[in-house]
Amino acid sequence: MIDKKHIGRTTAPQTVDVEKGRLKFFAKAIGETDPVYSDEEAAKAAGYASLPAPPTFTFCLEMETNSLWDNIAAMGVPVGKILHGSQSFKYYAPICAGDKITFVTKVSNIFDKKGGAMEFIVEDTTATNQDGVLVADIQRTIVVIN
Amino acid sequence: MAQPKYADVNVGDEPIKLETAPISRTTLALYAGASGDHNPMHIDIDYAKAAGQSDVFAHGMLSMAYLGRGVTSWVPQSALRSFSTKFTKITRVGEKIIVTGKVAEKMEAEGEKRVKLELTAANEAGEVKLAGEAVVALA
Repeated sequence: MIDKKHIGRTTAPQTVDVEKGRLKFFAKAIGETDPVYSDEEAAKAAGYASLPAPPTFTFCLEMETNSLWDNIAAMGVPVGKILHGSQSFKYYAPICAGDKITFVTKVSNIFDKKGGAMEFIVEDTTATNQDGVLVADIQRTIVVIN
Repeated sequence: MAQPKYADVNVGDEPIKLETAPISRTTLALYAGASGDHNPMHIDIDYAKAAGQSDVFAHGMLSMAYLGRGVTSWVPQSALRSFSTKFTKITRVGEKIIVTGKVAEKMEAEGEKRVKLELTAANEAGEVKLAGEAVVALA
């Protein structure tokens, strides 16, 4: 069982660059053909400063901070035992290529079901851009299959 | 893109339908690289077998990205206020994902007219892999 002492564990702020080439690669990987996501002129015509990060790319940026892997390692949970239970985003402002996004991730809850056969780790993350604007709140639940 | 108008949208409408190509090992390799999720469970069959799985399986976030594509094919991303999903079943190599989105609620919040969408990602047999929702603002 994961020690509940890890509830409240909070990462130091980490800043990630939003790279244009990476966004184009991501659009290709998810089969996104809308030119807004791969052609900067189309993105600007649609009102974005540059290529926008697609809705779930915020999660990918946050993964760059390694908080998920650091947290489960600190809890003694092997990577091979985890599943993604749920994911949510609240969006307040666009994230575009060229932005620098700072993430802070906090373990907000740890609980179990089925007598400990399944454990759940809930992590809440804030995403703030280079102008200090909160651009997104992110929450993920990781399921540990024991 | 012709944007939908709040007044023209009705609860029960199903404005979102998207079908992907079957998920291949190449899809997973590209997604691992592009997303930065390098968990070997999705790309290394030896690792997956050692962990007790029969094969690698798809990243849940790949299917959530497909849900996102469904939403942004209907409204521009700038209209997206929130987006969430539960991952209910594992997606296997070779499965196609079919995304559907249905209008569940019309509401006003924070001075905006908003619509809540119920989203699902299912395989061709109708097995639901992701059950999600999104809230979008409409004029």
